[in-house]
Amino acid sequence: MATAKKPPEKYPLDNSERLDLYRKMAQCRVLQQRAYDLFMQNLVKGTTHLGQGQEAIAAAFGQAMKEDDYTFCTYRGHNHNHMRGVTMTEVLGELMGRDIGLLRGKGGSMHLTKVENGAMGSYAIIGAHLPIAAGAAWSAQYRGTEQVAVCFFGDGTTNIGTFHEALNFAKIWNLPVVYVCENNAYMEYTPIGDVTAVPNPAADRASAYGLEPILVDGNDADVMYQTAMTAIEKARNGGGPTLIEALTYRHHGHSRADPAKYRPEEEVKEWMKRDPVVNYRAKLLTIAGIKEADLKSIDDDVEAMVNEATEAAKNSPPPPDEIAFTDVWADGGAQWRN
Amino acid sequence: MAKLSYREAVAAAMAQEMRRDDRVIFLGEDVAKAGGVFKATVGLYDEFGPLRVRDTPISEQAILGAAMGAAMTGLRPIAEIMFSDFFAVCWDTVVNEIAKARYMTNGQVETPLVIRSGNGGGARFGAQHSQSIENWAMAVPGLKVVAPSNAADVKGLLAASIRDPDPVLFFEQKSMYGTKCEVPDGEYVIPLGVANVAVEGTDVTIVALAAMVPKAIKAAEILKAEHGLSCEVIDLRCLVPLDTQSIIKSVIKTGRLVTVEENPRLCGWGAEIASIAAEELFWNLDAPITRITTPHIPLASVDVLEDLMIPSVDRIVKTVSEMD
Ligand SMILES: Cc1ncc(C[n+]2csc(CCOP(=O)(O)OP(=O)(O)O)c2C)c(N)n1
Ligand SMILES: [Mg+2]
Repeated sequence: MATAKKPPEKYPLDNSERLDLYRKMAQCRVLQQRAYDLFMQNLVKGTTHLGQGQEAIAAAFGQAMKEDDYTFCTYRGHNHNHMRGVTMTEVLGELMGRDIGLLRGKGGSMHLTKVENGAMGSYAIIGAHLPIAAGAAWSAQYRGTEQVAVCFFGDGTTNIGTFHEALNFAKIWNLPVVYVCENNAYMEYTPIGDVTAVPNPAADRASAYGLEPILVDGNDADVMYQTAMTAIEKARNGGGPTLIEALTYRHHGHSRADPAKYRPEEEVKEWMKRDPVVNYRAKLLTIAGIKEADLKSIDDDVEAMVNEATEAAKNSPPPPDEIAFTDVWADGGAQWRN
Repeated sequence: MAKLSYREAVAAAMAQEMRRDDRVIFLGEDVAKAGGVFKATVGLYDEFGPLRVRDTPISEQAILGAAMGAAMTGLRPIAEIMFSDFFAVCWDTVVNEIAKARYMTNGQVETPLVIRSGNGGGARFGAQHSQSIENWAMAVPGLKVVAPSNAADVKGLLAASIRDPDPVLFFEQKSMYGTKCEVPDGEYVIPLGVANVAVEGTDVTIVALAAMVPKAIKAAEILKAEHGLSCEVIDLRCLVPLDTQSIIKSVIKTGRLVTVEENPRLCGWGAEIASIAAEELFWNLDAPITRITTPHIPLASVDVLEDLMIPSVDRIVKTVSEMD
């Protein structure tokens, strides 16, 4: 594995901010774990793509972004949406196809979106959202708002054309966009190295677009926070786009009940030792002023949150039939003829 | 009124809308400094400057993705896809992203944008630069589809498309860029989804779109003079929203329906109209519904073969005059 560089600690966190970062990761973890459990209980319709193991990236960006910044993510986007204020009830309700769900069941697990919070969509066609994020950044630049667009995607996405089109576009127009490749080592079931011309699928391509190669440990929340802040501030101050490759690992399979048997046991064991949530918790305990009781109280809160959300989702009915026919057009309807 | 060419009407409509609304921005390949490969956007760069009129790389997916991202964050972008055949390289952005976003997000995501594109044959460009693809667009829920047949309609319909809150695919007929007609001065907007009765008649209804409209009008003149037939020519202007009522009203009067389509035969837009007529006008019809289309063949380049394929005035005259 290529070695990741540590960014300088330009943006120090105080203890309450560190606890907040931990809380964010813990929320993502229990939310995803609950989604998995509900899937195994057959309460989740369709499919799910979970993000256990990748929480540090979502949480650190969640911490670093401003309220009116834009998030664009993939089907593996529950964490990213939750970090922009989509509630656990809205996520679980959507997964379970309930009326209380974020999109009342019209989008499903792969399309979580909350425009009023800047969560600008979860996209399930690989790479499609990279140019769209560029467009949102272009819009911010044109309107002079100082908003930044952050766009998350996987390692596999670096091999589709839109990745390349979007990076070139973002660079030539100096757009305020941050591209974050979450390299979890696999596309669906195929190791990324088997299908990619370079060892680091994003970082090794950066120079082709006039960008600095950035390779970081995506499982280290502090590293991710520094990396996120640096890129976002650069974009906000007119410095243009950044491409980040964050090394991470999926704890579960690609989707649904994929047992991920294609991964060598040793590899899984090594990465489990690098669990971002467990390790950050342990790290915080070594910091003066943070006590086990602080962390325990976060863990308890988060557990209560997910239990409450699960109950609310379970108690919600499915959506009414009539919404099948709404919102094709801006007038709210679906008419195509008179 | 001034006489404008079809291409001048494109620039006139865009300038009209860009003057009244700062949110309207424009991007595409060679569209800014060069004024477009068809010279349909000449003058916009000079008037509105490099922030609003932008040349892009050859990146159709990025062009349309950027337009969508701008549209969903408060702007009203116009994107150009040079030849409509090139939609094949960015169809995901159109179909899966732009068209579905509002529905999938329970009404949250807005995509008020226009994609202009040179469509259709007659320029002898060969199969990859000549196809009529309006029927692809019509098949996608969530897209409005507009295809004007003259310069005045270009101005009015393009203005309406830019103001429309839904995504619009605006098909400009390549072979017609040089054609001229009287175009109203000042602000001019034609609502989407209202067909135009280009010729009134009582014996046969001919429904046509874009370049097929002037051919249908010419055919109607010949049919009248040589066969004593009174044809009503309906210029659809839009496939979505579809002005079904204008067709129904006309066919109730004439009892005969002919569609003239440039798109290849299978699942062309005329098939949808024929099916509506078969379901809703069966007892009003005095003859079988007839479709005149380009055959289900990629277009040839050479003039003699291309002219054989695309519906011609002669073919319309022959088909209509031989109807029961
Ligand atoms: C254009 C396209 N091709 C293929 C797929 C099927 N598919 C869904 S997820 C996936 C793997 C993506 O890998 P990566 O970008 O590494 O993201 P990860 O799932 O690891 O987060 C594939 C091939 C798709 N959704 N879209
Ligand atoms: Mg991956």
